[in-house]
Amino acid sequence: MIAQFPALQVVIPLLGAPLCIILRRGALPWLIALLVSWAALAMAATLLSQVADGEIISYALGGWLAPLGIEYRIDTLNAFMLLLVAGTSSAVLPFAYKSVAKEIPQDRHYLFYSGFLLMLTGLLGMAITGDAFNVFVFIEISSLSSYAMIAMGRDRRALSAAFTYLVMGTVGATFFLIGVGLIYAVTGTLNMADLAERLPPLYQSRTVLAAFAFISVGILLKLALFPLHLWLPNAYTYAPSVVTAFLAATATKVAIYLLLRFGYTVFGAEFVFNIVPASEVLLTLALAGVIIASFVAIFQSDVKRLLAYSSVAQIGYIILGISYANVTGLTASIVHIFNHAVTKGALFLVMGCVAYAAGACRLESFAGLGKRMPLTMAAFVIAGLSLIGVPLTAGFISKWYLVLGAMEKGWWPVAAVILATSLLAAVYVWRVVEIAYFRDAPADAPPLSDPPLALLVPTWVLTGACVYFGIETSLSLGFAEQAAIQLMGGG
Amino acid sequence: MKHHLIPRVIAKLTIPGILLFALYVQFHGDYGPGGGFQAGVIFGAGFILYGLVFGLENLRKVAPPQIVTAFIAVGVLLYGGVGVVSQILGANYLDYDVLSAVDHDGQHLGILLVELGVGITVAAVMMTIFMTFAGRLR
Repeated sequence: MIAQFPALQVVIPLLGAPLCIILRRGALPWLIALLVSWAALAMAATLLSQVADGEIISYALGGWLAPLGIEYRIDTLNAFMLLLVAGTSSAVLPFAYKSVAKEIPQDRHYLFYSGFLLMLTGLLGMAITGDAFNVFVFIEISSLSSYAMIAMGRDRRALSAAFTYLVMGTVGATFFLIGVGLIYAVTGTLNMADLAERLPPLYQSRTVLAAFAFISVGILLKLALFPLHLWLPNAYTYAPSVVTAFLAATATKVAIYLLLRFGYTVFGAEFVFNIVPASEVLLTLALAGVIIASFVAIFQSDVKRLLAYSSVAQIGYIILGISYANVTGLTASIVHIFNHAVTKGALFLVMGCVAYAAGACRLESFAGLGKRMPLTMAAFVIAGLSLIGVPLTAGFISKWYLVLGAMEKGWWPVAAVILATSLLAAVYVWRVVEIAYFRDAPADAPPLSDPPLALLVPTWVLTGACVYFGIETSLSLGFAEQAAIQLMGGG
Repeated sequence: MKHHLIPRVIAKLTIPGILLFALYVQFHGDYGPGGGFQAGVIFGAGFILYGLVFGLENLRKVAPPQIVTAFIAVGVLLYGGVGVVSQILGANYLDYDVLSAVDHDGQHLGILLVELGVGITVAAVMMTIFMTFAGRLR
C-alpha cells in the first residue's frame, strides 16, 4: 500500500475533482475536497518520513521503467514541497466552507471545489515528478485551474486580472516547453536524472545555453521574480480569499522548487554558476525586487494588494538565498519557502476574515477593527511580526540564515539591505496595525464582530504555526538543511 | 433554419454516419490511426451539427447540459479508475499487464478503456463549449 503512495498522492486529488462535479449537491463537494486534501497530507507526511534518512523513492508509472517511462522521484526536497502544498490546502479548506459560501454564488460551488482540487493536483504533480515533460503537463493543470479560480472573484476586475495572469502564465509555460524541447533535441531524454548525466559534456553547446535561458525565464515568470511579477498583485487582490491564501502560499513556491530542481539537478551547479552568470543575475534582480516591491507595498491603499507586493519582496529574499550558491543560502531559501508560505497563508486568511465581516479590505475599512474584531487583528499582528522577521517567529529563522549566508560570502552590503528592507516591512505592517488599533471607527460604521469559529480556527492554526516554527525548527530547518545538502551534493 | 430544407435533410442523413464514424475511430484506434481525442471531437461534432441546424433548444433536449457535464467527469473517472484498478491488482498505477491473465490482452483492454474515457470526456467538453458559447448570444 505505502509503495503506491507516490501515485496516489497525485491520483486521489485528480479523481476527487470529477467526483465533485458528479456529487454536486449541498456541502458534498466541500467535504470531498476536505477529505481528499487531508488524505494527501497524510500521504505526504508518510513520504517525508520515508525519505528523512536521505533515501530516494522512485516510482515507475504504468510499470514503464525510467528513463523511458515517466518516473516519480522523491527526495527530501520533493517530499518537503509535497508536505507544504498538502498542508496548506488542508489548513485552508476548512476555512473555505463559510468564506466561499459568502463570496461565490451557490450554483458554482461544485465548480469551485473541483477547480481547487485540480489546482492541488497540478501543484503536487509538479513537486513529485522526475520527468521534465510531465512537469509541463502539471504546470498546465495547475495554471489553467488557477486562472479559472481567480476569475471567480466577486469584483469584475478579477476577470482582467485572471486574463493578465493567463497571458503571462502561458508565455512562461510555453518558454518552459521550448526549453525542454531543446534539451530533448540534444540529449534524447526527458527524465531528469538521465538528463543530469547527459548534459555535462554538452555544456558549451549553444542549444543547451538557449534551453537554459528559455527554461529559467519561463520559471521566473511563474514564480513572479521582479520585474516579471506584473501579473501577481492584481491576481492576488481580486481572487476569492481562499484562492489568494492557497496560491500565495504554494503556487509561486512550487515554481521556486522547479528553479532549484532544474538549476541544481538537471543542469547542475557547475553550469548554472560557472558557465552562466546566474548568481549575478539572480542577485541583482532579487535585490531590486526586495527594495522596490517593499517600497511599493508601503503606498498601497488596499491591504490585500499591500500583502501581494510584500509577496513579491519575499520571493526576492528566497531568490537572494539561491544566488549565494552556498549551503547556508540554499537552506535559508528553502526554509523561507516554508516559513513565508505559513506566514502569508495566515495573513491572507485574516484578509478573508475581514472580507467576510466587512466586505472589503481597503485600508480605511480597517479603522477601529482592533477593538471590533480583536481575535482577527491579533492574528494579523502576530503573522505580521513573522513577516517582518521578529525573533520567536518563523520569519526570523529564515532572515537569520539569509544574513548568515551573506556574511559567509563576505557580502556585507547585502546583509545591510536585508536588515533595511525588514524595516520597510515593519513600516507597511505598522500602517495597517496603526489604523486598526489607534483610529476609531467612523460613527456611521455598521457593527462588526469577529467572524465565526469556522473562519477563526484555520486562521489561528496558521498564525500559531508562525510562532511554532519560530521556536521549534527541527521540521522546517532540519529538512531544509538536508534538502540543501542533497541538492549541493548533486543528489 | 426552418425554411432551409436542404441543410435539414443533409444533416439528418449525415449525423448517423458521423456518429458511427466516431465510434469506428474510437474502437479501431489501437490498430489504425485514431483514438479517443479524435473520436471525441467527431462525436461532439455530430451533436454540434444537430444544434446548428435544429437549434439550441432541441440540442438541449437531446443532450441535457447537466448530463453532458456529468459525462466530462465520468470520462476522467474511467481513465483514472483503470489506473486504480491496476493498483488494487498489485501493480503500479496504469500498469495494464495485470488487467488480464495474458499480458498482451491486459495491455489491449487497458488502452481500450483509457481511450474510451478520453473519448467520453472530449465529446462532452466539445458539446459543453458549444452550448455555453451558443447560449451566450441570446
